Amino acid sequence: MRNVIEVEHVYKSYRLGVIGTGTLSHDLNRWLARMRGKEDPYKQVGVENNRTVAGGQYVNALSDISFSVAEGEVLGIIGGNGAGKSTLLKLLSRVTQPSEGEIRIRGRLASLLEVGTGFHPDLTGRENIFLNGTILGMKKAEVQKHFDEIVEFAGVAKYVDTPIKRYSSGMKVRLGFAVAAHLEPEVLVVDEVLAVGDAEFQRKCLGKMQDVAENQGRTILFVSHNMNAINRLCTRGIVLRSGKMAFDGTAAEAVRLYEVLNSEELKAEASFTPDHTADCQIVQAQLTNLTTGKAERNIGIGQPFGVNYTLQLNTLIRSIHMTMVIKTAAGEIVFLSDRRDDPEALQPRDPGTYTGEIQIPNPLLVPGTYTITLGLINYDNGKFFHAKDILTFTLADNESARAQRAGQIFVPLKWNIEKK
Amino acid sequence: MNEAPKNTTQETEAWSLVIKPGRGALQLRLGDIWNYRDLILLFVRRDFVAIYKQTVLGPLWFFIQPVLASLMYYVLFNRVAKQPTDGIPPILFYMSGQITWMYFSECLLKTSNTFVANANLFGKVYFPRLVVPVSIVISNMLRFGVQMLLLISVFLFYALFRDMEVQITSAIFFLPLLLIMMAGLGLGAGILISAMTTKYRDLQFLVGFGTQLLMFATPAVLSVKSLPDGIIKTAIELNPMTPVIQLFRHAFFNTGSPETWQLIYSGSFTLVLLLAGIAVFNRVEKSFMDTV
Repeated sequence: MRNVIEVEHVYKSYRLGVIGTGTLSHDLNRWLARMRGKEDPYKQVGVENNRTVAGGQYVNALSDISFSVAEGEVLGIIGGNGAGKSTLLKLLSRVTQPSEGEIRIRGRLASLLEVGTGFHPDLTGRENIFLNGTILGMKKAEVQKHFDEIVEFAGVAKYVDTPIKRYSSGMKVRLGFAVAAHLEPEVLVVDEVLAVGDAEFQRKCLGKMQDVAENQGRTILFVSHNMNAINRLCTRGIVLRSGKMAFDGTAAEAVRLYEVLNSEELKAEASFTPDHTADCQIVQAQLTNLTTGKAERNIGIGQPFGVNYTLQLNTLIRSIHMTMVIKTAAGEIVFLSDRRDDPEALQPRDPGTYTGEIQIPNPLLVPGTYTITLGLINYDNGKFFHAKDILTFTLADNESARAQRAGQIFVPLKWNIEKK
Repeated sequence: MNEAPKNTTQETEAWSLVIKPGRGALQLRLGDIWNYRDLILLFVRRDFVAIYKQTVLGPLWFFIQPVLASLMYYVLFNRVAKQPTDGIPPILFYMSGQITWMYFSECLLKTSNTFVANANLFGKVYFPRLVVPVSIVISNMLRFGVQMLLLISVFLFYALFRDMEVQITSAIFFLPLLLIMMAGLGLGAGILISAMTTKYRDLQFLVGFGTQLLMFATPAVLSVKSLPDGIIKTAIELNPMTPVIQLFRHAFFNTGSPETWQLIYSGSFTLVLLLAGIAVFNRVEKSFMDTV
């Protein structure tokens, strides 16, 4: 299948800070260099975009991005905040131009970087449908042709002759998406726009995009933080990280890699500075691969692993107990384990340092990223020590059938089958 | 992914759009504007409808502005400063000057901040940016048309009830051309300024004030004929709007046509300004979002 988009070695750099008299000298130097036929003295290709590190005057929002999209493909673009997703879409939709490299596009490209671009609050729904449609590149006659469908899809038939400043924000979003969904471009570029709107409408939008891609053979580039939507809709995925391509492959793999990358900053080990005024404290915790005994946070399905911890008790405590909470990357609690489940836990403890180990059953959880929270409670006085989301681990499975199983838990069952 | 560039060498022609860095050659790209004619019309409609929504008098404001301004000039220049008005009723003299000058200055002022005022919209979607200033010029044209009706009514009032001698000349056939010249001058200057103010906005402060001052260097409120020869008269004659206003007045009141060379000068000035404006504007639109 032929390519409809080709992106080749694209860079985009931005100047940091405000524009003022200070930039004038840079502009003059640049102009002088150009007049003398020299290179731009401020052109710096190769400065990584890491928004947490201060310093520098120029930054590469995108560096060396190359990929191509074939006709009919639905490409998901994922990455954290500031990874360069929106910059890439801006380049594709010609809002601004790249600093280096080349982008080639075949056919009409419509971009939906924002829902309801150019809506005028004083105009009625009807007038805005025409205005928005033509801004997005349709002819008036094309909008007319789809007018009834748009109104029906947005579900605003009653309000079509009311100024849209009287609309609820949800209605505006519905109307905006409805117009864009009825565009008929060869390539549709959609930024994270579904985040607004209710669940029913989000489902409707995803369905519409699926329909456009599968039944009408259009190409879609889709940016989202909703990994389910990416998984469901996209045939391919690319992951951007600090302006660089981190991955290009299937959507499912891209989503998994993104989740791993996302949690890479978090460690398999955590330690806390001892506080002698506290009655009790966790001083150290570590995720351990129980086969090797080493700290590890990427765990395979079936691989025995657990949490090793060190406690510091500064006084005699008659009743102390400890909890561990495992949460999904989305923050939902999968389960809570409490030492009171074990009656021995309630026995008095002398001051000192204690170490312990919690074995986590495996297989138990479906592949994904999880966080561990540890808690320590002194029942003598009710004081507690809480270490929230201190450890992160990723469960992965290479067997494709299990890689994406639905549900929260993963328990291999014995299936009995006999022939009668 | 690596073989992609090789395929494309044979089918480069098939790409409908190639996005590259750099400023590129100066281009007019008027075809793009034509493709977006529906959008221009909708913008015109939006401007026209939206301005006077939720006002009681609505489009009547189109009349009130030139009437009040003409009355003020009448009092200031005619009554107080005793300036001659080429032998035509002062109200008509000022109103005709006012309506033509207003058209030019509105085109200039409203288009001169195209990039800054529309940064939000331009940051989200691509369409030829020139669509916006062109639509501004056209919606001002509608306003000019409505104000012409006012001028004609006052003209008829003087002709019927004040025994003014009606002296319409054949220059009336040049009205469409005059309108195009005013539009071209206003648009050319406006988009040139808007292209120059995307990064450093200093010029913006000058524009509003400057156009106000510039009015006094045209026959909008002064009779050029009755000025003594000298540097002031020459300066006014060098203003490309001068022959336009003179010819406009001549069409209705036979006040004397400007010289042919003046018209040719003004026409060429307009054409050069407009083409330069469009070319610079088109060059800036590619990357202004980064600096605006």
